Amino acid sequence: MDRRRYVIVMAFLGAALLLLAVACLLLGSVKIPAGSVIDILTGHGSDNRAWEIIVLQSRLPMIATAALAGAALSVSGLLLQTTFNNPLAGPSILGVSTGAGLGVAIIMLATGGTVGSVFGQSVGSYVATLLGALAGAGVVLVVLIGMSAIVKSSTMLLIVGILVSYLASSVISLLNSLATEEGIHNYVAWGFGTFSGVSVEQMPVYASIIVLALMGSALMVKPLNALLLGTRYAENLGVNTHRTRNLLLLITGVLTAVVTAFCGPIGFLGLVVPHIARLTLNTSNHTRLLPATMLCGAVTALLCSLLSVVGRHGIIPINAITPIIGVPIILYIIVNRRKIQYFN
Amino acid sequence: MALLTTQDLAVGYRTGKRTTTLLSGLNLTLAAGRLVALLGQNGAGKSTLLRAITCATRPLNGSIMVDGKDVQTMTQTERSRLIGLVSTDRIQAGGLTATELVALGRQPHTGFLGRLSDDDREMVSQAIARVGMKHKAHEHMAGLSDGERQKVMIARALAQATPIIVLDEPTAFLDVASRIETMQLLSALAHEQGKAVLLSSHDVSQSLLMADDLWLITASRQVVTGTTEQILRSDTMNHLFTSQAIKFNPQILDYQSV
Repeated sequence: MDRRRYVIVMAFLGAALLLLAVACLLLGSVKIPAGSVIDILTGHGSDNRAWEIIVLQSRLPMIATAALAGAALSVSGLLLQTTFNNPLAGPSILGVSTGAGLGVAIIMLATGGTVGSVFGQSVGSYVATLLGALAGAGVVLVVLIGMSAIVKSSTMLLIVGILVSYLASSVISLLNSLATEEGIHNYVAWGFGTFSGVSVEQMPVYASIIVLALMGSALMVKPLNALLLGTRYAENLGVNTHRTRNLLLLITGVLTAVVTAFCGPIGFLGLVVPHIARLTLNTSNHTRLLPATMLCGAVTALLCSLLSVVGRHGIIPINAITPIIGVPIILYIIVNRRKIQYFN
Repeated sequence: MALLTTQDLAVGYRTGKRTTTLLSGLNLTLAAGRLVALLGQNGAGKSTLLRAITCATRPLNGSIMVDGKDVQTMTQTERSRLIGLVSTDRIQAGGLTATELVALGRQPHTGFLGRLSDDDREMVSQAIARVGMKHKAHEHMAGLSDGERQKVMIARALAQATPIIVLDEPTAFLDVASRIETMQLLSALAHEQGKAVLLSSHDVSQSLLMADDLWLITASRQVVTGTTEQILRSDTMNHLFTSQAIKFNPQILDYQSV
């Protein structure tokens, strides 16, 4: 029964992913006929050189960037929710994204660059930015681990995350006051969130880090399920809870930092997608929940990406779209808390 | 046969640099095939003792031996194959079915990814049948009553296939019917499957009715052990509580006001 539901949901998500990818190839701020898109993709080229560049170096990387970012942020959210035993945890709410953003900002200023996305930088520079994001996310996660030992209440931990977020944001603003006008402009643009920040040259690094971290998360399914029973039961089942939590937070940090460095601080996806997956599958069992969260995250991010290009005047920021999808779902979950199985 | 013994065990807690010893000099024995009830007033140290025995905290002094081996020197996996736990901790497993939850008990025996073999599945369904939850095996935990959930948690410990099961107040929050059913189930597990079952409880009369042996923590923090008959013949039951307002009545196996 549950198994059949899983197969149906996964098949549906797979089909949606495919359809949205096709739609993202065909639609955009520049109109390109479907026939030409197919010609370009099959290697026959097109008479219009600009179209070739748009399809191969803009739309195709954007699809891959969005799908991977969606999967990465959603898995981050799922791991955080299980680790902190808190259904409202997520990389943006707990300040992990902002921490990564602060790391990016510091590196950009220290290296004399401008605060912004890694788009169009030399290889050495974007590796530094990436490391900055990792360090920033890492610091926030260490603070969260420390605070979770002191404040046992999960609501308090959320508030700590929000406070850390504010603090990081204000440091970023202070740093910006030292930046050039262009730097501020770039930073604001980066803050909107975009899936078009990964160039074809950067794609191998971006994709391989995310794929490796996602594979790592798939290996954690057994201890994740044990953690549903709380740390005492998990330890009784032979799980080394300290090591497990550190590993889970390391994976979360890497996933969030990479996405934040390349795409900006994207909100809501990490919080909402695990809930969509749980509600549709009707389970908290990570064996099925984790793959569904990955796929559902990719689909949701592609949907946001598609919506961002259908505007009449250029591209709509991703962070203007994610709350429209995310907030109603979170409100539904809060209102129906008592009726939703995995809360009880 | 003694499965678990403690040698000069001291338990308590550490807050910063200060250590508070609750119980010390404990030489306890837990035998196979016996249901043991641990009784004592609030704050006496029941949970602390059980936490030490299940290795959730380190003892302040002394050692706990299972099968002649110190549990502190064992790996976590070794321990998880010897001692199963049922606690009153809140769990976030409403989204798991009873079967999925019981299957978690097989984790110490499965591989890296936790895949269940046919034997594992068989043990899971036997454990569910043993606690009388077969008819709800595929229902979500969220849909079960407190008593049913407790049975599933016990089935999880059964699936873990440990010779020792430790339960921290397994009958708390249960109505009287569920309390009696749970105690009967635990007694049957000890006697039929030869498990050593150790539970803490505030339900004095059910414990005295069902337990083979008693571990009593007196108001002066002494631990008195013996078979239930031995204890009932002694005056120990009158030394459990600091309160002078109650007295133990052997006729009703419970306390009443003086």
